[in-house]
Amino acid sequence: MVFLDLFYTLRQLKVPVSVTEWMALMLAVDKGLAKSSLTTFYYLARAVLIKSETYYDQYDQAFGHVFKNAELPADIRDEILDWLSDPINKLELGEAELQALKHMDLEELRRELEKRLQEQTERHDGGSRWIGTGGTSPFGHGGAHPGGIRIGGSGGGRHAVQIAAERRFRNYRTDVTLDVRQIKVALKRLRRFSREGPEDELALDETIDKTCRNAGEIELVFQRERKNTVKVLLLMDSGGSMTPYSNLVSRLFSAAHQMTHFRDLQGYYFHNCVYQEVYKDIYTSESEPTASLLQNLSPDYKVIVVGDAYMAPSELFSVGGAIDYYYHNERPGIEWLQRIADHFRHCVWLNPMPDRAWFHTTISAIHRLFPMFPLTIDGLEEAVKKLMVRR
Amino acid sequence: MSKNFDMFTGTDQYIVSPALKDVVNVSIALGRPLLVKGEPGTGKTLLAHNIARGLGKKLIIWNIKSTTKARDGLYIYDTVQRLNDSRFGGGDVSNIKHYIHLGQLGRSFATEEQVVLLIDEIDKADIEFPNDLLNELDEMSFYVSETKETIAAQTRPIVVITSNSEKELPDAFLRRCVFHYIDFPDAQLMTDIVGVHYPDLEKKLLKEVLTRFYWLREIDNFRKKPSTSELLDWISALIAGGVKPETVAKELPFAGALIKKEQDMDVLAAAVQRSGGGRIGLRSRY
Repeated sequence: MVFLDLFYTLRQLKVPVSVTEWMALMLAVDKGLAKSSLTTFYYLARAVLIKSETYYDQYDQAFGHVFKNAELPADIRDEILDWLSDPINKLELGEAELQALKHMDLEELRRELEKRLQEQTERHDGGSRWIGTGGTSPFGHGGAHPGGIRIGGSGGGRHAVQIAAERRFRNYRTDVTLDVRQIKVALKRLRRFSREGPEDELALDETIDKTCRNAGEIELVFQRERKNTVKVLLLMDSGGSMTPYSNLVSRLFSAAHQMTHFRDLQGYYFHNCVYQEVYKDIYTSESEPTASLLQNLSPDYKVIVVGDAYMAPSELFSVGGAIDYYYHNERPGIEWLQRIADHFRHCVWLNPMPDRAWFHTTISAIHRLFPMFPLTIDGLEEAVKKLMVRR
Repeated sequence: MSKNFDMFTGTDQYIVSPALKDVVNVSIALGRPLLVKGEPGTGKTLLAHNIARGLGKKLIIWNIKSTTKARDGLYIYDTVQRLNDSRFGGGDVSNIKHYIHLGQLGRSFATEEQVVLLIDEIDKADIEFPNDLLNELDEMSFYVSETKETIAAQTRPIVVITSNSEKELPDAFLRRCVFHYIDFPDAQLMTDIVGVHYPDLEKKLLKEVLTRFYWLREIDNFRKKPSTSELLDWISALIAGGVKPETVAKELPFAGALIKKEQDMDVLAAAVQRSGGGRIGLRSRY
């Protein structure tokens, strides 16, 4: 059924379509809403299936592919090239595979692959030359060529280079994905209500109670409004080693900014480590002395530091160790971090690096000062919990 | 074919693209809320007004603010009034129904004939707000615990929800909606739109105005790109000022009607410089 193709093509392109929406579309088609016109069906299906304009592009690709038999963009090609250019994959090769790779060096392999991708026009399984499943060609999956490149699918001969092919259940893993909404939901728990401000809210229970005691003579009791008293100080590393995580950090930052329920939110940047100054704006280098931050912000600010804590030991422990050549610090970074941890009652450190990588000297030193959590949903929730406990 | 299909065809005051028209009718036929997003000034709110007008139905507007709770839309139990009445003897205190006031969503369910309900700027509310409405929008009914009554819609209201994407909406909520992103109107549609508002506008002036307008829209650096409402304001200023088409082609009179931010004025000045002083915006786009 050609319709079902559209559904699976969309899912393949990582567009979130669910069965609920698919059933709704079927219902609509059944009601004759598509008016047997492909154009009307195009808009009908888009309105029912797609829930964000950011997926319109994928929808167009999928629709074109299914109904006009147009070519899907060569995503698989990008995937291969990405994979090839990622040096990490090279490290995961076994001894035998490394040997085998010597048949062809990486560059050669890549060139050959590109050539064959261009030559090959159809799906191919088995055989010894074309990219496909099975067979002994160095490209494709399920094959037995040592040092071959696996493209999707499962490794049959166990010799093909391992790649995480489809990762279909990726979105179910709560420890990896973090979108703005998820961050916000986690940050939402950062709240402590107390009554403050003018007494202008009617206290219903007390009013009724007082009125009863007054033999029905109404007596209104007012109270202060409940407000969130949580104040947050966000310190973010913008140093070079953080670049791979910049997307994640900016998501956290925008989530925190969109949260309206904090009483106050202060955000500052630092380069690799905190020294005598922190930056209000990363581009203009508008700065604020760290000492005045410690002076002006009361200890009840909840501090969230985001950084990989990964730096040269001198940057953390030495006078003048700051990475910036023109920047001189009179006190070592660790001292500033110590002062922050001492001043504020609640501090956490969110590290975008996975916790299995937290063995570096500087990371463990900082870990001793700050409770450290990975920058994942689970980690963020733990961190928020930590920020809310009384000390 | 269902008989209520193809009901909405736009109104004399609101020009609708064929795609949007289809989507509106799909949402009516499926009885699902229509979620509309789009740039500011593309007529998201006006859509609901004109669905109501075009179909001759009553419109109930629920403006969402940051403090709005989902419950407010259903009903409010006015305890203070009841307390007051019990003391001073106004109204029937024993009947709790007198003190249950339906909110906008509640009213849209309770009316006998079908109404159009506009939930305007849903993204302004608290992040949990859309989730709290899931069941109500699904079943089109809710339970009033004070009176132990269920208020169910006799006819499903036509629900139009607008969002400016300030907050992301939860997936469960999105799954229940029909979605449409209102694209910025192209020159052809814009000509029709302007025609609705200024039917007597000189053709030559309109052509120059639109050329200029789309030239402005192509400048990327604006904080706020001029939208339809700014264009309409600008045209009205040009008519009031009696500006000739040639003048519009050569310079940009009343730019203040189009550009609202000071930084954007600088951006505009830079763009005018780049395109070579006075003679600008005459690209043969149309």
